[in-house]
Amino acid sequence: MAAGSVEAKGKAPLKDVTSAVVRFAGDSGDGMQLAGTQFTDTSAVVGNDVATLPDFPAEIRAPAGTVAGVSGFQINFAATNIHTPGDVVNALIAMNPAAFKAHIDDVEQGGIVVVNDSEFEKVNLRKAGYKEGYNPLDDEQINQKYKIYRVPITRLNEEALAETGMGAKDIGRCKNMFALGLIYWMYDRPLDTTIGYLEDYFGKKKKKPEVAAANVKALKSGFYFGETAEMFPVRYHVAKAPISPGTYRKITGNEALAMGLVTGAKLAEKTLIYCSYPITPASDILHNLAAMRNLGVKTFQAEDEIAAVCSAIGASFGGQLGVTGTSGPGLALKSEALGLAVITELPMIVVNVQRGGPSTGLPTKTEQSDLLQAMYGRNGDCPIVVLAPKSPADCFDIAIEAVRIAFRHMLPVVILSDGYLANGAEPWPIPDPTSFDKIEIPAPPSPESFHAYSRDENLSRPWAAPGMAGLEHRIGGLEKQNLTGNVSYDPENHQEMTDLRHAKIDKVGEFIPALEPYGSPSGDLLVLGWGGTYGSILTAVDHARQEGHKVSAAHLRYLNPLPKNLGEVLGRFKKVLIPELNVGQLRLLIRGKFLIDARGLNKVQGKPFLIEEIEQAITLMLDGTWGPSESLTPRHHQVSSESWGG
Amino acid sequence: MTTATTNLDVPVLTAKDFASDQDVRWCPGCGDYAILNQVRKVVAKMGNRKENTVFVSGIGCSSRFPYYMDTYGFHSIHGRAPGIATGIKLANPELDVWIVTGDGDGLSIGGNHLMHVLRRNVNVHILLFNNRIYGLTKGQYSPTSEEGKKTKSSPMGSIDMPLSPLSIAIASEASFVARAIDVDKNLAGVLERAGKHEGSAIVEIYQDCNIFNHKAFDYATAKDAKLDNILYLEHGKPLVFGKDNQKGITLDRTRKPKVVTLGEDGVTEDDLLVHDEGDESLAFLLSRLTYPDFPEPMGVFYRVEDDCYENLLEKQVEDAVKAKGPGNLADLYSAGDTYTVKD
Ligand code: SF4
Repeated sequence: MAAGSVEAKGKAPLKDVTSAVVRFAGDSGDGMQLAGTQFTDTSAVVGNDVATLPDFPAEIRAPAGTVAGVSGFQINFAATNIHTPGDVVNALIAMNPAAFKAHIDDVEQGGIVVVNDSEFEKVNLRKAGYKEGYNPLDDEQINQKYKIYRVPITRLNEEALAETGMGAKDIGRCKNMFALGLIYWMYDRPLDTTIGYLEDYFGKKKKKPEVAAANVKALKSGFYFGETAEMFPVRYHVAKAPISPGTYRKITGNEALAMGLVTGAKLAEKTLIYCSYPITPASDILHNLAAMRNLGVKTFQAEDEIAAVCSAIGASFGGQLGVTGTSGPGLALKSEALGLAVITELPMIVVNVQRGGPSTGLPTKTEQSDLLQAMYGRNGDCPIVVLAPKSPADCFDIAIEAVRIAFRHMLPVVILSDGYLANGAEPWPIPDPTSFDKIEIPAPPSPESFHAYSRDENLSRPWAAPGMAGLEHRIGGLEKQNLTGNVSYDPENHQEMTDLRHAKIDKVGEFIPALEPYGSPSGDLLVLGWGGTYGSILTAVDHARQEGHKVSAAHLRYLNPLPKNLGEVLGRFKKVLIPELNVGQLRLLIRGKFLIDARGLNKVQGKPFLIEEIEQAITLMLDGTWGPSESLTPRHHQVSSESWGG
Repeated sequence: MTTATTNLDVPVLTAKDFASDQDVRWCPGCGDYAILNQVRKVVAKMGNRKENTVFVSGIGCSSRFPYYMDTYGFHSIHGRAPGIATGIKLANPELDVWIVTGDGDGLSIGGNHLMHVLRRNVNVHILLFNNRIYGLTKGQYSPTSEEGKKTKSSPMGSIDMPLSPLSIAIASEASFVARAIDVDKNLAGVLERAGKHEGSAIVEIYQDCNIFNHKAFDYATAKDAKLDNILYLEHGKPLVFGKDNQKGITLDRTRKPKVVTLGEDGVTEDDLLVHDEGDESLAFLLSRLTYPDFPEPMGVFYRVEDDCYENLLEKQVEDAVKAKGPGNLADLYSAGDTYTVKD
């Protein structure tokens, strides 16, 4: 090893690339999420566009060294605008054999694989499920396919920190920083953002300056190792992206949702009361909001999902903004209470961060399979407003929009986020809080003319909260007589009220923007999506357009009501393709409502679409080889007319 | 909003002022009527304002209650009134919130919520109408129906062990636990104390379901028999009962409760247990006394002062503002790493 060289950047030449996808993978205790988020922060700060995809194991602490315990973090950083975390991995960092095994198939041919060679010994190879006597690093085929770099990270890190006086366990905890330092060198990134973080977090917050120092040392050691080892023939440079000038931060969907809800409440001059029961992947919204007490936010960790939604309804009845957050199984439990919110016409919000289902399903994996549950999963004819953010940062805007709609129209609003948006991150231009329109809440009429179920021009009923003298009234789950709000079993009134509840949703439609296709207003194919698939669809459509195809994309942020011009937009295209991370829920709605032969690209594999999968589907739609099936499913990232889902 | 001048203008309200314009629709002879009358009187007597009073209920006969009070009211879904009421208190801690529930609503489908609203000590007054039957669904056995009870859903007799609502309340850390009877004179007093209690108060009210479980509480209400079958609790007073106040409760050598007769075997009042509203173990013991082996205690079993949940939450908000300063959105947005992209 060429120790002692202090040449500033090492000898490897620097190669310019427009983007790169790096994935850190290791045991769930190896600190891969931290390494990944630090790499993301640094890349954002140097001016790249970034998109991330964390991949958590379902078990909190699966047995160390097993494939079940592997935690991953993928980041795509680019000198251009990007919208997805990337299809294939250019560089994989595998901290043990299990991580190697779980992720190697996603690495591009000829891609870089940095392995922690120290961990590729008998016991770990066995734990990862490799057969006795086999080490993939010695496999000729694998060495031909990838550029494997065997770095004894555990040992080098121990040697670097030998003199810190820390215990072996604490030293071992720093090896993620060693690996990160090495990758920083490889991709020509500065260390200062991460050093600043380590000093702040371990030094100031945790009051352990020695841990901060050791981590910084490990980080630098990894970086210097890259310089001096002469192991790597080339380094890569990704230039700044053409990002509009301004101040940015990196934001995840859950962070954005929390901030959007607070902003919405402030704009309406109401207290945000967030009532929730912990559930993956929505709990971070609760955590984020619980730390915002000094903004007047109240959080309530309820005893179960039902109590969470009921207390949110109570908070709204009580005159503030009640919000509850959950994931699919929790939405199922809340459904009866949501019916109550609909019939009592109270302004509240339900956030559903979707995950793989049914039942407990795949708690840590993303999916879009609660659309129909959100639309229809209640007893009776019970329409509800449904919104879906299209990107992590869009979670902020959609949350404000949800508050606006809930108050203007006096009804509950469901936000359908998903695991990918919730944990994925992207740069967010920090908005000016004074730039948002206030959310006006109409004052209730005077006691003389007050009726609990009178209607304004939006068919909204007045919001009279306890404490307002002369407006005492009773509401509840029994059918209400229109105007008075008294209990009514009158058949004609029930018809009228059912129609009114639907008409209220239609009224919301008058306030939402018309759908503008991306690309051309008409053409051969429209790729219609909703929610977190936006980035992959947009990029795939972009590629197809560059190849000269008459393809456009349209993305629905409003699922109920749908944009009023949707039918007209659909009619301008010869064919419609609907990619969804479910077996075809939006497709069912679109076919049912518009009687068109929309086709679906559907997958439920716990991961977002690859751009390539949508590109293949576009090609099949355009060249007429799609075949008769209503939907196709990528199998191992290949879409063909033979590849059906279920 | 309130100023000294408007305070002077505020008229004193009577029970009648708290009656809504809705026809009361319980079955004739239902015990709910008596309770409704007492509650209207008590809230008037407490000097409550209509606009600051909220009645929340779930589902069941008793849960129709809010419609008959001219206050704010929320007739919610089965078992969930504690959740709704908690949300109301989080939104506005100043409100006087009452929960009306029953043995099915509060102990069966809503058992979980009852336990948690009690342990959090949300400042709500819970009236649990116990008629030991499902009335609204026309007569099935409930969690408080006696073993062997024959109903439409238990034609061979119920094999469910009934539970004691007050044992559950005490175990759930309720800060005020009491019992009364729909037609008994002590109801108003108990309701008033519950209404004034700061914290989660629960009152079990024996209520006669005239249609499906008539006379279930005959032993506790019948003129001639009742004094031998119930025991009025008074803080600091020995546990005596009976027509001539000649019987009492003591502990035997294994610390089990025992009925004794004053004057017999040298038993005097000094041998009797003395009621102490602050004694949780005693309260639990009292909650286990059931007819016919024992007289059933009436009145306040347990009472302790403790911080209310909604106030603690408000205080956290205030403390956070003191510690970090009132947050603003601009700071919130730019917390963490920010970076500036220049032209
Ligand atoms: S069924 Fe029983 S509890 Fe219900 S209203 Fe009639 S008498 Fe009262």
